[in-house]
Amino acid sequence: MSAALTLGPVLFNWNPERWRDFYFRVADEAPVDTVYVGETVCSKRAPFLAEHIPAVVERLAAAGKEVVLSTPALVTTERERAAVRDLIEHAEYRLEANDIGALAYLAGKPHDIGPLVNVYNESALAWMAGNGAARVCLPPELTRDALRALAGEAAKHAVALEVMVFGRLPLAISARCYHARAHGLHKDGCQFVCNQDDDGMQVDTLDGEAFLAVNGTQTMSYTYNALLAEMAEMSAMGINRFRLSPHSLDMVAVARLFRDVLDGRTAAGEARNRLAEMVGAAPLSNGFYQGREGVALVGMETD
Amino acid sequence: MELICPAGTLAALRAAVDAGADSVYCGFRDETNARNFPGLNFSREELREGVRYAHAHNSQVFVAINTYMAAGRPQAWFKAVDDAHACGADAVILADIGLLDYASKTHKDLRLHLSVQASASNPDAIRLYQQRFGIRRVVLPRVLTIQDIAKLNKEVDIETEVFVFGGMCPMAEGRCSLSSYATGNSPNVQGVCSPASHVRYEQRDGDLVSRLGDFTINVFEDGEPAGYPTLCKGRFVSHDKAQYLFEEPTSLNAVDLLPELKAAGVMALKIEGRQRGRAYIAAVVKQLREAVDAFERTGKVPSSRALQDLAEGHTDTAGAYKKTWR
Repeated sequence: MSAALTLGPVLFNWNPERWRDFYFRVADEAPVDTVYVGETVCSKRAPFLAEHIPAVVERLAAAGKEVVLSTPALVTTERERAAVRDLIEHAEYRLEANDIGALAYLAGKPHDIGPLVNVYNESALAWMAGNGAARVCLPPELTRDALRALAGEAAKHAVALEVMVFGRLPLAISARCYHARAHGLHKDGCQFVCNQDDDGMQVDTLDGEAFLAVNGTQTMSYTYNALLAEMAEMSAMGINRFRLSPHSLDMVAVARLFRDVLDGRTAAGEARNRLAEMVGAAPLSNGFYQGREGVALVGMETD
Repeated sequence: MELICPAGTLAALRAAVDAGADSVYCGFRDETNARNFPGLNFSREELREGVRYAHAHNSQVFVAINTYMAAGRPQAWFKAVDDAHACGADAVILADIGLLDYASKTHKDLRLHLSVQASASNPDAIRLYQQRFGIRRVVLPRVLTIQDIAKLNKEVDIETEVFVFGGMCPMAEGRCSLSSYATGNSPNVQGVCSPASHVRYEQRDGDLVSRLGDFTINVFEDGEPAGYPTLCKGRFVSHDKAQYLFEEPTSLNAVDLLPELKAAGVMALKIEGRQRGRAYIAAVVKQLREAVDAFERTGKVPSSRALQDLAEGHTDTAGAYKKTWR
């Protein structure tokens, strides 16, 4: 089976027109097979994107991309629940669940599981398959050994596994908004300050070392996850879907780079150097996959 | 309302029971529980003895098996459930959907509680666990306000348990890999957060620097009380401003909210702190027992000065129960 490249949902609070234009360009130019669309981090942002979603999904579908709608990661209020229900009931596209609550509505319908749902082992994967999951994007914390074990189980259920291979990693979600807090505000009166940071707000240690990135209620890695050479290894395990997470750099170029690696046109080592250059100041990391701390970069010293 | 108390040792379990715990929760001495600390937790023999002691004093024992099973080797978790059942535990507290599936099919007479680590934050999620696995109680994640809890209890017919005292995650529990990003060890997988094995304290120009893995979590000036470098309780810099970006080094103390929690339909009140010593457990359980009893008797909560003194850094917060925390 040839490998599929997918584009996860935009996790950041981009200006709505920019968000729309980003997807228009993806539709026209990016060599990705599946595109996940939807506001997964903060329900306060969702209304601004809503008016652009029909045009975006139509353009993506017309360009031959498979469109999947992603549900929110943290659902607590009645309004947020209603939004999930509404999304699932009226969806003309496939759904990706990012919270267990959504699974109640998706039971028996083919659907995807997002990386923010805890699928750590074969039993959980088998349960998800039994509930109708056809594809599962695994949590970024999993190691190579865990992925291998899960790939074996996935084959038994004809579930396709997907792994995040590019971008800042979502590490935590909270009811509290750290973006607002950093600006001396509360979530209720946040003034949408998260729109000031296209790739998240840099968080340094007191020593001035870059450590994390805050994206509203979500806390992310400062480093950019980059699994390039690892893709061949995963393909050998039977994992054939690789997810890119959108950032403000040229994502079309990123997608082409990963596609070239998958198709054997560019060596992983060369691709890693080019990717590091495109990302800029933030280092790349692959520690989780390698069974180390997530921030680590193993076997990828810049030549 | 029931009082659910932590125990990391048999001595702490006895102390909690003696101080008036309705139930004590504990874990086995391995990665199957979210307080997998050196020198802590129960052997099978100790659990059996703990259950015997608790039952003799009209108290119950819940066993937390609330990490996520490791791919490729789930046996330790399955066995933990089997052994908790065999030891006579009154309930097991689980988070992993695969383990819930196993427990509900294998031990139909075993009472299942949904751990806070499952982070079931809405009625749809809770109902799914209830319908598919027969869970009897949910420990609510610390992301909900009291209003959210009240609505939830009106909608779902299930016992709800909430944390009222002790350490508090500002992140949705069971959905955080900050610790493993810095150290390779996480609550979900290894059952540890910001583990002591990766902590270092350094003296630097008269300051005390606390480090976790390769990262500075806090710097204390001479004489400033230094806390443990739990990652999310550290001081960090954004936009040139240093602050406790995620949460201050503070404890949850919701004892003043007992009337609101009861009115919201909460059945059980939980104390965090299986890693704490016997004397602390005895003191906290005693204080909370008195507060709950006084409230049930008079409808009023007595002043909680003594509890505040037991809080980390002697500061406390009502956390997410109040909307302004967000």
